[in-house]
Amino acid sequence: MSVLLDVKDLIVRFYTQEGTVYAVNGVSFELEEGETLGIVGESGSGKSVSSLALMGLIPSPPGKVESGTVTFEGRDLLTLKPDQMRLIRGKEIAMIFQDPMTSLNPVLTIGTQITESLKLHEGMNTSQSRKRAADLLDMVGIPDAYRRLDDYPHQFSGGMRQRVMIAMGLSCNPKLLIADEPTTALDVTIQAQIIELVKQLKDEFNMAMIWITHDLGVVAGIADRIQVMYGGRIMESGSSHEVFGDSRHPYTEGLLGSLPRLDSSGEEKLTQIEGSPPDMRNEPAGCPFAPRCDVREHLNLERCWDERPPLETVPNAGGDETHVMSCWADIREGVA
Amino acid sequence: MSSQAMAVETRKNLDPNDVILEVTDLKKHFPISAGIVFQRQVGAVRAVDGVSFQVIRGETLGLVGESGCGKSTTGRTILQLYRPTEGSVRFEGQELSTMSGNDLRQMRRRMQIIFQDPFASLNPRMTVGSIVSEPLQIHRIYSNKQERQQYVEALMEKVGLNPYFINRYPHEFSGGQRQRIGIARALALEPSFIVADEPISALDVSIQAQVVNLMEELQDELGLTYLFIAHDLSMVRHICDRVAVMYLGKIVELGPVDEVYDNPQHPYTQALLSAVPVPDPQVEENRQRIIIAGDLPSPASPPTGCNFNTRCPVRFDLCFEEPDPPLIEVRPDHYVSCHRVT
Repeated sequence: MSVLLDVKDLIVRFYTQEGTVYAVNGVSFELEEGETLGIVGESGSGKSVSSLALMGLIPSPPGKVESGTVTFEGRDLLTLKPDQMRLIRGKEIAMIFQDPMTSLNPVLTIGTQITESLKLHEGMNTSQSRKRAADLLDMVGIPDAYRRLDDYPHQFSGGMRQRVMIAMGLSCNPKLLIADEPTTALDVTIQAQIIELVKQLKDEFNMAMIWITHDLGVVAGIADRIQVMYGGRIMESGSSHEVFGDSRHPYTEGLLGSLPRLDSSGEEKLTQIEGSPPDMRNEPAGCPFAPRCDVREHLNLERCWDERPPLETVPNAGGDETHVMSCWADIREGVA
Repeated sequence: MSSQAMAVETRKNLDPNDVILEVTDLKKHFPISAGIVFQRQVGAVRAVDGVSFQVIRGETLGLVGESGCGKSTTGRTILQLYRPTEGSVRFEGQELSTMSGNDLRQMRRRMQIIFQDPFASLNPRMTVGSIVSEPLQIHRIYSNKQERQQYVEALMEKVGLNPYFINRYPHEFSGGQRQRIGIARALALEPSFIVADEPISALDVSIQAQVVNLMEELQDELGLTYLFIAHDLSMVRHICDRVAVMYLGKIVELGPVDEVYDNPQHPYTQALLSAVPVPDPQVEENRQRIIIAGDLPSPASPPTGCNFNTRCPVRFDLCFEEPDPPLIEVRPDHYVSCHRVT
């Protein structure tokens, strides 16, 4: 498999009236063709901003991509002109957003909204594009698809709207689909429907996918690789089996410990991560997790405050070079 | 703090099977009206449609279901924030549904609520101190201002807030801290029963555990009883002793939490539990999901027969002919309402 997307040293900041927000502070990752990457993080971790940046969708001002490269099929997306980028967005890379109610236009019919990209990117005429749109709606499981093209978003339920969003995302057979919390606004039974649908369509279209979420459970079932973000930086990344089964970063460990499990009775107390998420208006000199890290406290590590730990292969990785983390300590050994 | 200590003291002498709350055939229908000049009722949203259960003193009862199933309305109707359309709510031996005015206000000292959204449920123009002490003022407790301030500071400390911040406004706090303010406000009158209406669903994952641990510590310390309304089924298993599963205004399954999770009997409970993702790729690879098709029907026009018959994978003729059966005890303390289970 070859590398489809290569992000290097991405830095995104927002210059607001309340000060500079250091949203993404040096993020690098690769994505192979057909691979599913799960990006996990809490609000403010930079997970959405980094994916918006690679789509060229950072509102500017106040936002600014300070540095970095995003290489997609040999081209650096960050240097493309707006009209060149427009040819890629929606065709090569498509995006599904969290809230299908606010991301669909309420005054246009579903048909108009799906056929828009078909006409633009595929050069279809009205009747061709309507036929294709109906096929897409049918594929994502919307009954009576052709007639429903003339319905407006409010005539669909939340789960159905998210299906419409998926149909729109898939309309031009993209090579990469970015899904930003696509099931967060949905109930669990509907979430299960959507996840099954996306899994099945992903195989059918052989797409690569980036699935952004705060729910570790959701990505455990669909992602090949997991990337854990905190404070605009990658804390840990590796195959989902490695990250869940052999987590090495104190933050990942803390997150997993703070989650109750459906499949075990919850007698013991949840381990909690103390403190609050960081204020992104201060650029931390060292590790962003240092103020909340119990490993740092336990080992009394001073360098966590002043020096950023590099993202390096975990110690004793058992031959898996792709399992990387950014921490001065080794929680398996208990030493720095 | 003396009466709080007393509350714990009296609790020790009580029969552990003491029922603190008994809800019988509770209904809450919201009218749908039509007409511009002459308003007339053309239908009703049957948000809660005949719910019965008991809450035992000191336990945590979970109320779970998808959005629109009536779980929040049930919680609010119990507290008489909505007046019930039909049915009875007995709290500490007194009937609430016929109570009003000052009597009801006095009962509110014993039962409180924690809301879902810590951003919307705190008045942005009041300081933390005035938010937490407002219930004390309404009920004329601590006429001495200094004593009241001391009590509020002690409460803040109890919920893990620095009393130094007593004069700050809600916007100066993070989501988790705001939820702590909401909890302090609920505790101010030393209630015995708290309805927690999705108290953690607006919070970040790492903060959820903090709030849940705090709620559990306070329960142990103060002998609180919780009705924990949630859609996060993993958290419900962790925090609750018993769980009631709601669908379209009715309870379809009720029982001890491990029993219901390990042996779900109603097809809806089975589907709901199988839909919850587990943060473990090895478990996820081998899991069989029951995907139920379609959406929740509108509670304004529920299906005839069993409520779940539009989505049920094991439905048969009877499910369309007969309304859903009453809750039947299938195992000790484990109740199910399903035509398949009789």
